Amino acid sequence: MGLLSRKVTCNSHGQDSSYFLGWQEYEKNPYDEVKNPKGIIQMGLAENQLSFDILESWLAKNPEAASFKRDGQSIFKELALFQDYHGLPAFKKALVDFMAEIRGNKVTFDTNNIVLTAGATSANETLMFCLAEKGDAFLLPTPYYPGFDRDLKWRTGAEIVPIVCTSSNGFKITESALEEAYQEAQKRKLRVKGVLVTNPSNPLGTTMSRNELDILVNFITDKEIHLISDEIYSGTVFSSPAFISIMEVLKDRKLENDSQVWERVHVVYSLSKDLGLPGFRVGAIYSNDPIVVAAATKMSSFGLVSSQTQFLLSAMLSDKKFTKEYLSKNHKRLQKRQNKLVSGLEKAGISCLESNAGLFCWVDMRHLLSSNTFEAEMELWKRIVYEVKLNISPGSSCHCTEPGWFRVCFANMSEDTLKLALKRLKSFVGSITINNQSHQELKNTRKKNRNNWVFRLSFQSFHDREQEER
Amino acid sequence: MAAISKIATGNGHGENSPYFDGWKAYEANPFHPIDRPDGVIQMGLAENQLSFDFIEKWLMEHPESSLCTAEGVDKFKETALFQDYHGLPEFRQAVAKFMGKVRGDRVKFDSDRIVMSGGATGAHEMLAFCLVDPGEALLVPTPYYPGFDRDLRWRTGVELVPVVCESTNDFMITIDALEAAYLKAQEAKLRVKGLLITNPSNPLGTFMNKETLNNIVRFVNEKNIHLISDEIYAATVFMEPEFVSISEIIEEVECNRDLIHIVYSLSKDMGFPGFRVGIVYSYNDVVTNCARKMSSFGLVSSQTQQLIASMLSDDDFIDNFVSDSKDRLFKRHKYFTWSLAQVGIGSLNSNAGLFIWMDLRKLLKEKTFDAEMELWRVIIDDVKLNVSPGSSFHCHEPGWFRVCFANMDDNTMEVALSRIRNFMVKHNETVVPPRNKLWRRTSLKLSLSRRMDDFIMSPSILSPQSPLPQSPLVRART
Repeated sequence: MGLLSRKVTCNSHGQDSSYFLGWQEYEKNPYDEVKNPKGIIQMGLAENQLSFDILESWLAKNPEAASFKRDGQSIFKELALFQDYHGLPAFKKALVDFMAEIRGNKVTFDTNNIVLTAGATSANETLMFCLAEKGDAFLLPTPYYPGFDRDLKWRTGAEIVPIVCTSSNGFKITESALEEAYQEAQKRKLRVKGVLVTNPSNPLGTTMSRNELDILVNFITDKEIHLISDEIYSGTVFSSPAFISIMEVLKDRKLENDSQVWERVHVVYSLSKDLGLPGFRVGAIYSNDPIVVAAATKMSSFGLVSSQTQFLLSAMLSDKKFTKEYLSKNHKRLQKRQNKLVSGLEKAGISCLESNAGLFCWVDMRHLLSSNTFEAEMELWKRIVYEVKLNISPGSSCHCTEPGWFRVCFANMSEDTLKLALKRLKSFVGSITINNQSHQELKNTRKKNRNNWVFRLSFQSFHDREQEER
Repeated sequence: MAAISKIATGNGHGENSPYFDGWKAYEANPFHPIDRPDGVIQMGLAENQLSFDFIEKWLMEHPESSLCTAEGVDKFKETALFQDYHGLPEFRQAVAKFMGKVRGDRVKFDSDRIVMSGGATGAHEMLAFCLVDPGEALLVPTPYYPGFDRDLRWRTGVELVPVVCESTNDFMITIDALEAAYLKAQEAKLRVKGLLITNPSNPLGTFMNKETLNNIVRFVNEKNIHLISDEIYAATVFMEPEFVSISEIIEEVECNRDLIHIVYSLSKDMGFPGFRVGIVYSYNDVVTNCARKMSSFGLVSSQTQQLIASMLSDDDFIDNFVSDSKDRLFKRHKYFTWSLAQVGIGSLNSNAGLFIWMDLRKLLKEKTFDAEMELWRVIIDDVKLNVSPGSSFHCHEPGWFRVCFANMDDNTMEVALSRIRNFMVKHNETVVPPRNKLWRRTSLKLSLSRRMDDFIMSPSILSPQSPLPQSPLVRART
């Protein structure tokens, strides 16, 4: 249809990815303890459902915030009219204080440098519009959040070039990987405008080491490009090592006065993961470059945070007793829950990347693949979705270069549901193992007696397959 | 040094227009009856502040509509988690019903076509992204809302081509004007993808009759281009005849529905600009699906969706609210235009919107936009009113100004009117020969007594208005 824009007809919205297809399957047959106990358990949604009771208890103790009142007076009218893209000052103050608290108050944030946006989705897109021209590229370490394909590229026309990270070193960013990505971009005749990292990482669930952060700072200094640090999971760090924010690194390296680097570092934040409020659409851009702040502020007109929500959250986040209690309890619960997932997987003979943050684990199912290929990964994934009835996210949807890794969320369900999910997985793995053994026997005796539900094994050699995949 | 994008450093945000200069003057010295009685009165902001008391009463009677009260908190968790870009079904249904009501229930809206956006601002940009490629164009009748320059063009790369409307026929859109604009676009080698109309019009305060709408529908079908109808002011039609929406027209005349898209919002009709409730309603399935995906960039807070769902599904309340709101707008509009007429200021006959299109052509030193700017500076600096000059709306004739009347209480309105009267008296003294002075003084006296007779019993004058904003929220804006 030549009558619509190219954006409508292209695939850059990214929703044909398996990441979203799994969700669709879940929607058709969602698990419910009572109504649909055989349904698909959602483990593909990085939500934090563990601490709502703390939020609800705060609400019960603070009825004024709830009902548009301040000091007994109704301020409904003022809120309903407040559409200033500079945001509610009290909310911005509460938000930057909260961000500082999450970073152990090792850094402080200036309210003049923060821009409120409708979720991190909008924040990331807005930063792209501010920093990149159509056709410019940003380098992103793989694996990365599938939504970036849409958020960074779709309407902006920007490109993503991957910084390939591998399991050989726990998927850490290396200097050579950065250089290779940069060269790759040049080969594709793309001008590199910056690097975007998610720290803590989605889907890895790990925090970046100081060494990695130093490497990044060196790299962007050398290449004179931007660095965006999406720190949306900064409040979910539940065990050591402690979270190190990019701002802390800049401060430690005394780069505050080096405007060349200082002004090229931007942070993205949101309350969707730390506070578990994705529905409220609260995102933020923090930049040390006043021009970026000014431009992003104007652009935020396209996705402001509802004043009703700003008011509620400014009251909540200004309550320091609440934030302290919430952060501490939330961390404990996340840690406990992650431990349950990790040990449950271990019992099923499945290991994960060691993680200390996030709402998910990066799970290693390479040993369950029929071959070291993405085709085999897809096969395994389909079985897990349709037979085991768990929606987990295949590594390929996160642009992982090694097949066999899956992101499995643990904080968006009750403990009982998690137990059930692990039980299902354990019996599935058990059945594969049995079937693999028996298939080997069959193979050896050259008898082909296949059942439909046994793995379809490929007979090509490992090398042939690999070449095909490239 | 890593550059920032051209979009970020350029002027596409449009804020260097005089439309915003006036706001800046207001921000620097805002009127307050006690703290700053000589401050600038804001008449450049099209807000509907006349009916908040109704809403507040409803809120107090319905604590369950808020997620955070004891009555509503059992919905807190599921709502806080709800980020589905389809939107809460109750929200979509309530909005669809409301849109139908505002059109006298002459048409029904399908809740599955309701797509959220970050206000109408977000809706416009989203539709531009869906319908138009960079370098292509949309036709827009002048005068038009200055924000369109940013919303439709800034990040999209889309061009706007004006459809010139003139005072000779009350700025109505004619087929000739449409054809001329289309031709001009072709000459400039711009591919026209659509026509955007605002109906009721901002800044005119008028709405289109059936004949005009039929012509427009015929035009877009002939040219096979899209029609975006921004109906953000639909419920502000305060006087007969009734508003006719594009949604009604397409039921009556032949039209390719894939070309028709409506933009809506609760910012003007309900007075909730802070809640960022924008709606895209397209009759084109492909566009609806794409817009829905794009709405991820500007979803409505689920907390707000919940509140709105609750409020808009209260039929009795909404019916009363809409009719009471129109009543107050009517009274305010009547008083304001009548008072202006008393001092010789006319405006375009209007029956909708939150503003009037004021005619100050005879006050211009000469028929130029420079003269309009001069006059405007006088109004801002000396009369201390922020009004919006017609040039910022791309009006082709100098001397017109948009003046908002619904964003202040009665007292502030009186102060504004007295300033206007003083200004006109001074102006007439310098311009008009002395023998008319007597007449004017008499008519002023007459106007005062008339005012008392006609309006003394009007509840909107005598009843205690809500306290003037004194909260830090407002102070924070300055």
